Amino acid sequence: MNYESQFIKDNKGESKYEFMSNYKIEIDEKRISRRIKLSNASRYIFSLSLIFALLVLVILLYRIGVDSIGWLNINFLTGRLSIFPEKAGIFSVIIGSVYLTLIVIPVTLVLGVSTAIYLEEYASSGKIKRVINTNISNLASVPSVIFGLLGLTVFSRMLNLGSSILAGGLTLSLLVLPIIVVSSQEAIKAVPGFLKEASLAMGATKWTTIRKVILPVAIPGILTGSILSISRAIGETAPLVVLGIPTLILTTPDTIFDDFTALPIQIYYWTLDTVLTPEYANLAAATIVVLLLVLFIMNSTAIIIRNKFQKKF
Amino acid sequence: MSESVKNLKEYKNNLAYDVKNLSLWYGKDQALKDISFEIEKYQVTAIIGPSGCGKSTFIKSLNRMIENIPIVRTEGEILYKNKDIFDKSVKVEELRTKVGMVFQKPNPFPKSIYENVVYGPKIHGIKDKALLMEIAESSLKGAALWDEVKDRLDDNAYGLSGGQQQRLCIARAMAVQPEIILMDEPTSALDPIATYKIEELIDQLKKNYTIVIVTHSMQQAARISDKTAFLLMGELIEFDKTEKVFSNPRDKRTEDYVTGRFG
Repeated sequence: MNYESQFIKDNKGESKYEFMSNYKIEIDEKRISRRIKLSNASRYIFSLSLIFALLVLVILLYRIGVDSIGWLNINFLTGRLSIFPEKAGIFSVIIGSVYLTLIVIPVTLVLGVSTAIYLEEYASSGKIKRVINTNISNLASVPSVIFGLLGLTVFSRMLNLGSSILAGGLTLSLLVLPIIVVSSQEAIKAVPGFLKEASLAMGATKWTTIRKVILPVAIPGILTGSILSISRAIGETAPLVVLGIPTLILTTPDTIFDDFTALPIQIYYWTLDTVLTPEYANLAAATIVVLLLVLFIMNSTAIIIRNKFQKKF
Repeated sequence: MSESVKNLKEYKNNLAYDVKNLSLWYGKDQALKDISFEIEKYQVTAIIGPSGCGKSTFIKSLNRMIENIPIVRTEGEILYKNKDIFDKSVKVEELRTKVGMVFQKPNPFPKSIYENVVYGPKIHGIKDKALLMEIAESSLKGAALWDEVKDRLDDNAYGLSGGQQQRLCIARAMAVQPEIILMDEPTSALDPIATYKIEELIDQLKKNYTIVIVTHSMQQAARISDKTAFLLMGELIEFDKTEKVFSNPRDKRTEDYVTGRFG
């Protein structure tokens, strides 16, 4: 059979388009009702995956919640670390995590967004840019232990920062930088070209256009990516373990050059020791609750900031 | 100095642009071929031609917006105030301050109506709030939009209709005090009533501005322009007074195009 449509010549010799007509669409009620059923069923199939994820999360939170009851109190939040479970408090651990955050946020935002601006707005597109872009995307998927080793070599050893807050903060910054660069690039790319044109056509310089038009439009997108990746940094354990963050620290860090310990590290060490001291499991659970709360507060603040920017525009 | 030289000098001073042998390439494809013509001040010059003839390319070279495409290469000169705009000493920011542009699709910023209009004056250093408000009012009046928006200057510009957005873009361009306004098919995305309003506005604007307009619609060119240039495949086929181009064109190809035989 010939399924091709074709041009045929009419009697005047001009070509005319003839649509193929050797098939017919018929309404098959059975088939249609079958397809509607399948379509309705797909909704339940897909919702199952959500239910599964939620179920796991609820079980996890429930067990942690139960374990932490009785342990999560004011003394625990304000006290010092101790090897005796009843006396242990995590004030210095919270402070360590807060310091880390205070380093990671400015370092990654400044470096990450600047890199993204350079790559998207200034770098001429070519082979070099493609290679750099591919490498940044690859870096985003490098295991965090590798970044720990890099931090150990560069910050701890070469720059002699040891296992200080600064060394830890910079290592975590390296870890999340690629993600922030990639997500900021995407946000900048999504700014419509006609807005850029409008600004340039009025005699604005490139930098003015970036500052007044591109960044304001891109900032909600940039922040969304940054919130997620900075939260990841705060919950990250492996790179800090590689840096040799101490298990037990009795003083609260004062400056960024002091030794410290952070919430995920403390959870990790307490969990390791549950065989000898079963109460450590409860301490770990209580610390997890604190870590989750910290992340929750951070994310909410960032979302509020983002919404503020969105409204302004 | 003889009389004819003096006349010539006066004539040259009356020019907004003097385009000399302009050729332009996108990579290896030549988009403009050896174009030369003069654009007079305080007139509306229309550029017509079929799709892909290079009319948008041409108008975008007048303020060097074409250079945003990295593979573009030009030859020849565009004299503006007796200076080649492609000369290295010409700062593109200065040129674009004096030569405003209105685009095919209305492109207001996602900001308030007021912020849109004062964007240009602000980036050029005007900070005085009262002065900015005056600028906004006079620009919006100039673009025949004031009466429609005076009660909602702080509303987002995206709440305006397409035609209002385009007039806002014209107001925004006017606020920078340009001498020339380039319009790249400014009404192609608008309905007939909005188009009519923009055309009426263009007629008023030519008292104070030189206007170069690219248009798809020959009726529009006939209605609003003083002179018309007809481009075809990157070549300037005809450039003359609009009545002449439409009633008694010199070239057969122009006649075919304006009578609707192709395009």
